[in-house]
Amino acid sequence: MPFVPHTDKDVREMLAAIGAPSIEALFDEIPASLRIQGLDGIPSGMSEMEIGRLMSERARQDGRPLAFLGAGAYEHHIPAAVWAITTRGEFYSAYTPYQAEASQGTLQVIYEYQSMIASLTGMQVSNASLYDGGSAVAEAALMAVRAHRRSKSLRVLVPTTVHPNYRKVAVSTAGNQGLRFEELAYERASGRIDAAALQRFDGEDITAMVIQQPNFFGVLEDVDQLTDWAHARGLFVIAVVNPTSLAILKPPGQWGAKGADIVVGEGQPLGVPLSSGGPYFGFLTTRMEYVRSMPGRIVGRTVDLEGRPGFTLTLQAREQHIRRGKATSNICTNQGLLMTAATIYLSLLGPVGLARVAEASHQRTQELVAAATRVKGVRPAFDGPRFHEAVLLLERPVAGVLRELESQGILGGYDLSGDYPELGHALLVCATETKTTADLERFASALGEAIRKSARAA
Amino acid sequence: MSNVPADLKYSASHEWVRARPDGSVEIGITDHAQHALGDLVFVEVPDAGRAVKAGEACAVVESVKAASDVYSPIAGTVLEGNGALATAPELLNTDCYGQGWMIRLQPADPAALGALLAADAYQATLAAQGG
Repeated sequence: MPFVPHTDKDVREMLAAIGAPSIEALFDEIPASLRIQGLDGIPSGMSEMEIGRLMSERARQDGRPLAFLGAGAYEHHIPAAVWAITTRGEFYSAYTPYQAEASQGTLQVIYEYQSMIASLTGMQVSNASLYDGGSAVAEAALMAVRAHRRSKSLRVLVPTTVHPNYRKVAVSTAGNQGLRFEELAYERASGRIDAAALQRFDGEDITAMVIQQPNFFGVLEDVDQLTDWAHARGLFVIAVVNPTSLAILKPPGQWGAKGADIVVGEGQPLGVPLSSGGPYFGFLTTRMEYVRSMPGRIVGRTVDLEGRPGFTLTLQAREQHIRRGKATSNICTNQGLLMTAATIYLSLLGPVGLARVAEASHQRTQELVAAATRVKGVRPAFDGPRFHEAVLLLERPVAGVLRELESQGILGGYDLSGDYPELGHALLVCATETKTTADLERFASALGEAIRKSARAA
Repeated sequence: MSNVPADLKYSASHEWVRARPDGSVEIGITDHAQHALGDLVFVEVPDAGRAVKAGEACAVVESVKAASDVYSPIAGTVLEGNGALATAPELLNTDCYGQGWMIRLQPADPAALGALLAADAYQATLAAQGG
């Protein structure tokens, strides 16, 4: 049944009540030159039957490729129960209800989510989720500027080993609010932040430093050393982490002597399907002392008048519906449905299950690199330790090789030549627990064939 | 009826100012303001040494209902923020003119106090607002 919120009669009555002649008249202050007269190129309506057929035909074009593409979004097995539970009517809304306390179940899920994410990141407090990983980085930078009581520079160091899209989102979002993002180079041999390049910032007022672990190349940074360096100079440390990796890596709350100050990341690996790029969700955790600078909402546990336990929205006095222009954020949103899926995913796997996923993904990636680098014309780009992604250097341009692999039903990885031209023909590959030994062999053999074909064609 | 002590000066945005013997001033929020905000849960005061302009937002008071800015009624340099409020924000509710003081300020111009509202004038603005 189509959702028609207002009948013609409703509309006439509402217009009469406010004394407007037509809906069109409500928009008369927008100059005609700014109004679109018609939507060219958008066909008129189709029936449900027609649109269903069209969409299933389009979906078939995607196929079911064997994917070795990571670069920020990761294919993991999602237990069937995750979305069976998430899509129950009681949970099936993207939003926290406006009369939030009327939905104790929704609030409890958010509370459980916050507890799990805080525990996973080793921090004291989590918000109810953010829009996605990239915007979470931007929010963290803005939060660091608010929370830092001494630094006035609004300068934030962002290594080029941070996801290129996250860097772009941070600049788009926070660049116009006076923040300056300054790049830090990486070491060509290891693929890690070049610690020597940090020296030129000694003695300067810098507000924060972003550290991604594992970094965009899949390489593990020396997070203890970097965190201590930053804290010794009064910088806030913003950690960007893959939540799956935290089952086996040191949580940011324990980096260096003091731990990171703000932790953010992309939550997609926790039970959210790839879905052609979204929707995903971001997460953000911090120390208790910065909680009032944290964007977004938090659910707290409390007791009612009769002393019975219950859940309530807390610390919302700084949200935009109360603080308007002075809110901690006017861009953040809580991704309720995806956060619900993540909470159920984490509940089903448990700490041991998540660690097994992380270990299997790491193991598969090590096998993938070993198989791929046995192919003539393929070598690893970096010698540093990795989690579940790796950069391969090919003898031939990556784009052509990827096209050839695609024709074999393989999504071969992410072409780094656009973001990192200095690396040459560099391909970022990923294998998770979803890949079998046969899959890895198929990839290596197809990769070798694609490189040979590409060389013959040249 | 709000408590408006006769010996203080006031701003229309509900801050009070007390002249101290050493030439500095003490600033807080009025009984009317604390009552309108309800139970305070958090107070953020400025660091010593900060220069503030008259009318500049220099502190934040947060209740269960809202977070609001507190504006400095006069220009000057912050000598001290009331550190006790960090752990006891309820002092603003229980003793807003005493232990609930927020900021000690060295005024840029001591004469600026004269331009602020006297108790009866502030009382009149409250009456006009229905308070």
